[in-house]
Amino acid sequence: MSKSSREPISDRRKFILNMARGAGLATLGGFVWSAYVDEVTASTLLLRPPGALVEEDFLKTCIKCGLCVEACPFDTLVLAAPGDHKPVGTPFFTPREVPCYMCDDIPCVPVCPTGALDESSVTKDGLLDIREIDMGLAVIDHESCIAFWGIQCDACYRACPILGEAITIEYAKNERTGKHAFMKPVVHNDVCTGCGMCELACVTEKASIFVLPREISTGKAGSHYIKGWDKADDARVKDAKAIKTKTRLSEKSAMDSLNDSGDLY
Amino acid sequence: MKKVWNSYRYLILRRLTQVGILVLYFGANAWGWTVLQGNLSSSLILGVIPMSDPYAALQMLVAGAALAMDLLIGVAVVTVFYMLIGGRAFCSWVCPINMVTDAAAWLREKLEINRVQNGKVPVKRVMRYWVLGLGLVVSAVMGVTAFEFISPISMVHRGLVFGMGFGWAAIAVIFLFDLFVLKNGWCGHVCPLGGMYSLMGKFSLIRVHHDEEACTLCMKCKDVCPEQQVLHMIGKESIPVLSGECTNCARCIEVCDDDALEFSIRKLINNKNIGASDEINK
Repeated sequence: MSKSSREPISDRRKFILNMARGAGLATLGGFVWSAYVDEVTASTLLLRPPGALVEEDFLKTCIKCGLCVEACPFDTLVLAAPGDHKPVGTPFFTPREVPCYMCDDIPCVPVCPTGALDESSVTKDGLLDIREIDMGLAVIDHESCIAFWGIQCDACYRACPILGEAITIEYAKNERTGKHAFMKPVVHNDVCTGCGMCELACVTEKASIFVLPREISTGKAGSHYIKGWDKADDARVKDAKAIKTKTRLSEKSAMDSLNDSGDLY
Repeated sequence: MKKVWNSYRYLILRRLTQVGILVLYFGANAWGWTVLQGNLSSSLILGVIPMSDPYAALQMLVAGAALAMDLLIGVAVVTVFYMLIGGRAFCSWVCPINMVTDAAAWLREKLEINRVQNGKVPVKRVMRYWVLGLGLVVSAVMGVTAFEFISPISMVHRGLVFGMGFGWAAIAVIFLFDLFVLKNGWCGHVCPLGGMYSLMGKFSLIRVHHDEEACTLCMKCKDVCPEQQVLHMIGKESIPVLSGECTNCARCIEVCDDDALEFSIRKLINNKNIGASDEINK
C-alpha cells in the first residue's frame, strides 16, 4: 500500500470519486441492459394478434397485460413466457396449434388499453371488419405440397375462411400421366389475412402451407421495375426523360473493347 | 391464538390480499371471471375501471409510443389510489415478489447469514432511483420498454396468471440474491418500481405513527422493518413515518409490545417535518 492511500481523502475528492463511480456503474448497467433488451426483442418470426402495430412500434406500445389473450374465445393468443425465445410477455399465436378463427366482432382488439392493437386499422366504414386484419401471409412449399405432385388435395382451399378469394385452385395438365390435372393452390397476397386456418388443415406431416409475417414472406421488386402493361404503374414513368449515355471507342483498337475479356475469366 | 393474531394480524391480511388478488387475476384467464382482468401491468376492474402501471407508461412515453386514452386513465387511477393510501402499499400488499423476498429475509434471519456476511454493503438504497432513471434512458435509446422486458415482477405475476415457462428462474434469482447477496436486496435497493411508488407515496395520507412516550426502545420494530431507514424517529420523536420508502407493511406495528406504533391518517396541517426522513436517506 502506498503512503498516500493511508492519508484521509478530502471531501471534494470523495464527492468526485462517488460521482464517477455512480456514472461508471450506470454506464455499465446501461450497456448490459441495452444489449439484453436488444437481443430479446430481435425475434421477427412471430405472428401478432389482429390489428397489431408494426413490430417496432408494437414492442414499445404493448404493455403485456394479456387482455387480448383473455378476450380470445379460442385460446389462439398466448403470452410469450420466459424460455419461449420470444419477446417476453408479448402476445402471439401459432397457427398449427390454434389458428385465428377470425371472429366477426374481433374481441381481442378493442380491449387493448394501449392501442398496440389498433382498432382503427381493422375498422372499415365505422365498423369492425375482420377482413381488414393482416397478421401475416400464407406461403406454399411447392416441393412438399402433394397437390403439386398431382395428388388431389384441396384441404387448405376448403379451410380458408375467405373461400375462393384468399386461396384459389389453378388447373394445369399433368404431363406425367397425360390424362390428369394438377389442382394447385395459389395464395392471393392482397386477400390473405394470415389467420392460419390453412396451415392447421394441411395434411402433410409438417405443414406445406404456412403463415409468416408479411415482411418475411414477401419480396420486393424495387421501384425501377415498371409494369408497362399496367396503365397505373406505367404512369409512374410518364414524365421520365431518357438518359442518353455514349461509350467512347477505344483509342487503340475497337476490337479490344469487345474481345479482350482477360479480366473476366 | 389471540397473541398470534395480535402479532401477525397485518401479515395475515397482507398474504390474504396478495393471494386473493392473484386468484382473481388467475380466475379471469382460466374461468372468465371479470372482477380483475389482465395483470399488474394493466388491468380492468369489473370490466370497466382501467388500471395501468405508471412506470410502464413512463417507459412507453420515452420510448416514443403514442399513449392511448385508456392507458392514461389507468395510470391516473393507480396514481391517485396509491397517493392516498401510500405508494409502497403496492409493494407489501399486492406485489407477488414481496412473498419471495419476505421468505428470503426470514430465512436469512434464521440462518444468521448477516453474521458471516459482515462486509460493507456495496450499494445504497438510493440505487433504486438510479435504476429507475436508467430504465428510462435505456427505453429512450433502444425504443422499447426496457424494464418491462426484465421485470421479475411482471414475469412472475404474468407467469402465475398465463403460464410460467422459465419464470420460476426469476423467482429463484430474486430469492438467492436476497438470501446470500444483499439483505432486502431486490425490494429495498434495486427495484425501480418500488422507487417509483416511493416517489408517488411521499404525500400519502395513511402513515405509521410513532408515540415516543410509549416506546421502551426494544428496537423490535427496526429489526423487522425491511426499510429500516424510515424508522429513524424511534424513541426520539413522536412523529409519523413520512418517508415514501415505508411500504406500509405494518410489521413494526404488530411486533411492538408497547403500542408505540399505529396507523393513522396523516395530519396535513401541522406537519413541518416533511422531508426530514428523506434527508436521512441520502
